[in-house]
Amino acid sequence: MSALAAAPGSRWPLALFVVVLAAAPLVLPEFYVTLLNYIGLYSIVALGLVLLTGIGGLTSFGQAAFVGLGAYTTAYLATAHGVSPWLGLVAGIAITVVIALVLGVLMLRLSGHYLPLGTIAWGISLYYLFGNLQWLGGQTGLSGIPPLTLGGLVLDTGRELCYVIWTVAIAALAMIANLLDSRPGRAIRSLRGGGMMAEAFGVDTANLKIVVFVIAAVLAAVSGWLYAHLLRFVNPTPFSITFGIEYLFMVVVGGAGYVRGAIVGATLIAVLREWLSTVLPKLFGQAGEFEIIVLGVLLVVLLQRARGGVMGLVARFLPVDAKAVAPASAAPLPSRDKPEAGELLLSVNDATKRFGGLIAVNRVSFDLRAGEILGLIGPNGAGKSTTFNLVTGVLPLTEGEIRFRGERIDALPSREIVKRGIARTFQHVQLRRRMTVLENVAIGAHLRGVRGVPAASLRLDREEERRLLVEAKRQLERVGLGEQLDERAGNLPLGQQRILEIARALCADPLLLLLDEPAAGLRYQEKQALAALLRRLKGEGMSVLLVEHDMDFVMNLVDRLVVMDFGEKIAAGLPREVQRDPIVLEAYLGGLE
Amino acid sequence: MNLDIALLLAQDGLTNGAIYALLALALVLVFAVTRVIFVPQGELVAYSALTLASLQLGKVPGTAWLLVAAGVAVALLDTIAALRDRRTRRLPAILGWNVVLPLVLLAAARWLAPRQDSLWLQTLVTVAIVTALGPMLYRLAFQPLANASVLVLLIVSVAVHFVMTGLGLLAFGAEGSRTTPFSDARITAGTVTISGQSVFVIGASLVLIAALWFFFEKTLYGKALRATAVNRLGARLVGISTTLAGKLTFLLAAAIGAVSGVLVAPITTIYYDSGFLVGLKGFVGAIIGGFASYPAAALGALLVGLLESFSSFWASAFKEVIAFTLIIPVLLWRSFRTHHVEEEDEE
Repeated sequence: MSALAAAPGSRWPLALFVVVLAAAPLVLPEFYVTLLNYIGLYSIVALGLVLLTGIGGLTSFGQAAFVGLGAYTTAYLATAHGVSPWLGLVAGIAITVVIALVLGVLMLRLSGHYLPLGTIAWGISLYYLFGNLQWLGGQTGLSGIPPLTLGGLVLDTGRELCYVIWTVAIAALAMIANLLDSRPGRAIRSLRGGGMMAEAFGVDTANLKIVVFVIAAVLAAVSGWLYAHLLRFVNPTPFSITFGIEYLFMVVVGGAGYVRGAIVGATLIAVLREWLSTVLPKLFGQAGEFEIIVLGVLLVVLLQRARGGVMGLVARFLPVDAKAVAPASAAPLPSRDKPEAGELLLSVNDATKRFGGLIAVNRVSFDLRAGEILGLIGPNGAGKSTTFNLVTGVLPLTEGEIRFRGERIDALPSREIVKRGIARTFQHVQLRRRMTVLENVAIGAHLRGVRGVPAASLRLDREEERRLLVEAKRQLERVGLGEQLDERAGNLPLGQQRILEIARALCADPLLLLLDEPAAGLRYQEKQALAALLRRLKGEGMSVLLVEHDMDFVMNLVDRLVVMDFGEKIAAGLPREVQRDPIVLEAYLGGLE
Repeated sequence: MNLDIALLLAQDGLTNGAIYALLALALVLVFAVTRVIFVPQGELVAYSALTLASLQLGKVPGTAWLLVAAGVAVALLDTIAALRDRRTRRLPAILGWNVVLPLVLLAAARWLAPRQDSLWLQTLVTVAIVTALGPMLYRLAFQPLANASVLVLLIVSVAVHFVMTGLGLLAFGAEGSRTTPFSDARITAGTVTISGQSVFVIGASLVLIAALWFFFEKTLYGKALRATAVNRLGARLVGISTTLAGKLTFLLAAAIGAVSGVLVAPITTIYYDSGFLVGLKGFVGAIIGGFASYPAAALGALLVGLLESFSSFWASAFKEVIAFTLIIPVLLWRSFRTHHVEEEDEE
């Protein structure tokens, strides 16, 4: 049971919910048990969709097709070949995993709104396939599906199946809540907005998206399997795109970013639809699917008024997000051997980057040695940020080479570069605003843990999790944010958000820290605090490459400067020398006549 | 398959493709200006076809009443907003467009319904009713969400599609309808017969496309919409209101939907829920055009029409599977070609 325990802080409501649920099928009339069963089935699908869409940011209108895969697999195997429902479940999951992998590999490369459109396309295709394959019964479907058996028990009533359905639903809820409060969970929560930040800390985002997609598909298939053995009959209708859309509605109504929103949304939609479908035909005096009019209008109004759904409204008054809590102490994580001061760390040789005909960076070379702060400065458009992106693997080099401790890194993606000990911050801060400061910083330690999705869902990762959180707390204390661990990152002022990014980078245990315009947009005091922090880090032996255009900020901070203008290195040396260099003065001040 | 059948299928495919092309253009337009992926475009087509059919059956179409109801809702919202901002001078315009105009159209429909004389007059009233729905739709569903992410807009769009399908059932019932063709002529060229209706559909589509071209290239409002499509903020800074651009876009999209509905009504039996699939075919075209290029979208839609027509000959049961599976490789190709910067989603 402890393996299925939900995240801290949410145990009591869940326990109460379970007790009420356990009693419900014993006392409720048949009609309500059926309704409860449907809510459970919808919730299982919606939970997967919360993970995929609400949290991972990948919208799917096609989940109903996966429900259909689960339902049709067991239905076909049981009716045509007399296979046991339990083998039908295994087969259904296996087929779903294979199809989800293929679709995932193909579709998850789609960016932006292409993905939801693509899911509509295969959602419709699969539906028509179910309806047109004669061995699946065509539009009439398959009937005579045997009931589920458990030991010697035949579960052939809704009341009995209610327990199975809700055990699965609660287990799915607990496992997803567990997953989100873990190392892979934080990576999943970082997938939105392009995933550049997650990649910079070693997350293989393409791979992770596929994993999330497969989890959501498998949950949908399990729901379909339960559905087939509850109704003992399947036809294509409940797996159409209309239902795929309704699953998404449930998630949005419940609150897409909230795990428990899945159950809230499934309940609301199921109950409302049931109620409206009895009330409205009387009101209009004719039969028809009028409930969809009211549901649609409600959804539009809800999105206009409260985009966070019902749970988003609740969250304004009650804390509903589980927050990771750092324990007082844990065994420290292993860390890298630090280089000797003065060792050559980074060498950029004739780095060139062309965008079509535009040469953004032209044959730029510089070295960085362990223990120094090197400033890369230049006016706007000088090519500083492009150089930064070349070093961090965001952009590929056109010509030249970049070496880190003798090894070429210019052909490596960001997530490989961070493995070698280069951690970065972002010019436009990349934080998950709803996650706490501690959780944001723990993303930085992603590569220092190994536990994956299965271990995290089953809470087998707690030892490692404690060590990661303690490390995140240690780095936050190191940069002076030890008081704000539980604050939402979005609530911090910009200056502290930038410092948070430095703590996150430090969590990766880097040998070299790359800071992209850390002083941009900061007030004077904030700049002073930032400079003091960087000096302290240098005192602790950290090496820093700083891209900046604020001259005052860098002059008193860095050991050496490299100055760029129009994509070329125009000067290099000690700050005082560079300050007097006539070429530099001309670049900054437009020349002294 | 011999050449005759191939030509017949091609004619069929091109006729349907021309209508899909119109819808694809509307979808590209709406997306470019408002970022709304306009799923209910197909419903406008069905509304238009069924409105015309109602008039031909001598009934007052339900859409006329729907227009009055939507107009009253818009008028209420806008009046409250105008009173709150103390801009009472706007009231006559609000009431004129949203209450008086729908009532006039309702009166026209009631006057016209019992007279079975003029197909053209029926068509005109049909197009007017459906077109007038467009801006109201924008006002009610999308205007309050002008800054929302594409995803939120897409979900709202799908919700509106459901609402409109439900209202369609309420307004027209579950019966399908087909209208009188505009032309009974048959042109025989060798062994091939070309139906006058096909020529009419393709011709009307071309005329409409030319009119759209003229609007976007030569008129101030057209240029304003293009400016908004390129850069919403920039357009606002030079005084093009997002709301006006949105309403104008929906007006155009509804007009295109209305004309498409009138064109498709004599060819296919249209039910209250037929719009979705018709609209989705336009979608496939729009997607082929990457929601950005009008000519590519139109060509894509023609391709969908042809593909559908030929696959219905070989594998009729699977024609929808084929039409929609086609999207996936196209999407992949699109996704690889366009350099797309992800918008930062809200949480």
